[in-house]
Amino acid sequence: MRDIWLVFLRCVRPTLRSPFVIVFGVTQPLLFLVLFGPLLGGSGSWQWFVPGLIIQMGLFSTAYAGFTLIPEIRSGALERMRVTPVSRVALLLGRVLHDVVLLVLQCALLLGLSTIFGFRASIGHVLAGLVFAVLMGVSIGSASYTLALKLKHEYLFAPVLSSTVMPLLLLSGVLLPMDQGPDWLYTLSRINPFSHIADGIRAVIAGNFGTSSVLVGGIVAVVLAVVALAWGTRSFRRANA
Amino acid sequence: MIKARGLARRFRTRGHTVDAVQGVDIDVAPGELVGFLGPNGAGKSTTLRMLTTLLTPTAGEAIVAGCDLLTDPAGVRKRIGYVAQGHGSGESQKVVEEAELQGRFYGLSAAEAKRRTAELFQRLELTELADRTAGALSGGQKRRLDITMGVLHKPELLFLDEPSAGLDPQSRSNLWDHIRALHRDGTTIFLTTHYLDEADALCDRILVIDHGRIVAEGSPDGLKSQVAGDLVRFETDMPSVAAEIAGKVEGAQELHVDGNTVRFRVPRGDTELPALLRALDQADVALMSVQVQRPTLDDVFLTMTGRSLREDAHA
Repeated sequence: MRDIWLVFLRCVRPTLRSPFVIVFGVTQPLLFLVLFGPLLGGSGSWQWFVPGLIIQMGLFSTAYAGFTLIPEIRSGALERMRVTPVSRVALLLGRVLHDVVLLVLQCALLLGLSTIFGFRASIGHVLAGLVFAVLMGVSIGSASYTLALKLKHEYLFAPVLSSTVMPLLLLSGVLLPMDQGPDWLYTLSRINPFSHIADGIRAVIAGNFGTSSVLVGGIVAVVLAVVALAWGTRSFRRANA
Repeated sequence: MIKARGLARRFRTRGHTVDAVQGVDIDVAPGELVGFLGPNGAGKSTTLRMLTTLLTPTAGEAIVAGCDLLTDPAGVRKRIGYVAQGHGSGESQKVVEEAELQGRFYGLSAAEAKRRTAELFQRLELTELADRTAGALSGGQKRRLDITMGVLHKPELLFLDEPSAGLDPQSRSNLWDHIRALHRDGTTIFLTTHYLDEADALCDRILVIDHGRIVAEGSPDGLKSQVAGDLVRFETDMPSVAAEIAGKVEGAQELHVDGNTVRFRVPRGDTELPALLRALDQADVALMSVQVQRPTLDDVFLTMTGRSLREDAHA
């Protein structure tokens, strides 16, 4: 735990020195909020659209976390830490913790800005929605760092990332309702775990805690986080990675 | 401090197998400053990465700082310091924070890490740079930060991989002073280098590695004396007479005459020279210049492998 805290500290300090990074990460979902959201029309659409921004935030911000690891692999900073007695798993978990905190802050900021457009939700329900953000931060963050560790170069990491993030986003049904599309597209979106998580977040923020969407979304989010963590810890622990 | 037997590492890439290190034995006693000399690609870094737990050997075994490399890598990590070839500091990290955190990674308390960092910064002339970000440091400054981070926890054994690679001459000699000071304080140091002058200037003992094997071992002077000896060279306008006299010097070898220049090797050039000069004088041979050259480690490498280290280093 101490090791995770130390690695977390190491990641947080540069972020705190340039806090605009936090705001900068919000721009893309914010653009969707301002320039795309109004197209959906009707005040009810905000209640549907805004919870999906949490998914967008995770895919647009946390997924890119691995980019911070690559220079450290190249310079030897990661290797320097791997020769210390610090737990090798902590080298991953401390970073992921940083990204979870960052993601939650960014989501809170985004949901706050959404109220300007007419989005309304109780604080309690939003907090429940942010639990999903925590789980997504863990799964997307771990996966991003592990991928960076395996690929080692920006020119490999960037294309793999963008070709993964875009379909995951489009098929998550956070931009438009997928059930209005053709059957094959709907089926594809159901395979995408993030569509279930999106349904879960929407239900939670609307206060419908008893529905199956919450249960399914919750299970999918937890399973995804566990799988990503397992992959990540295994890769970071490997002696010759 | 280090006892390695048959340490080997084989890499497999796309169907090729490369034996980067082919069974090396290494013994380093406490308090030694040992250099691992060889051209780029000879297997120096691979060996070092094995000894520092970064790479699992494919064969062999080693005891490093009293702990078994294969069964207790965590114990090894606690006791050694390692300064890799690249810069180990994060570009966006504040210099002092990066160093203090490194100390805490080794289990020091926050206060202890702070105290040690301040002490080492003083010694390695980094105090004024403490609040910069690591990315803003020059090459030599970064290197000193790397060294600081390598010795914060007072390791018994310090590994340095190509410590002066890419440094300007001034930073280099400054770095050497710091390395010598660490050694004086009792730290055992094992460093790799492909610079002959570095091995010569710093090390008590040198292991010469080539193609993944250790080809020679000894003190810099001991290794040099394995080469046929000092090179004596003089210029005269009577080269043939002079050569005849030079040939009578005890132990003279490789006698060559090239225009007005006569050169040969002899085990101790400095002690043979007075007698030679007297003999030449008696034969009325006038000399224009005389030179005695101690063999260099490059001569050693050339003798051992048939190749020049210098050409290899720049390849």
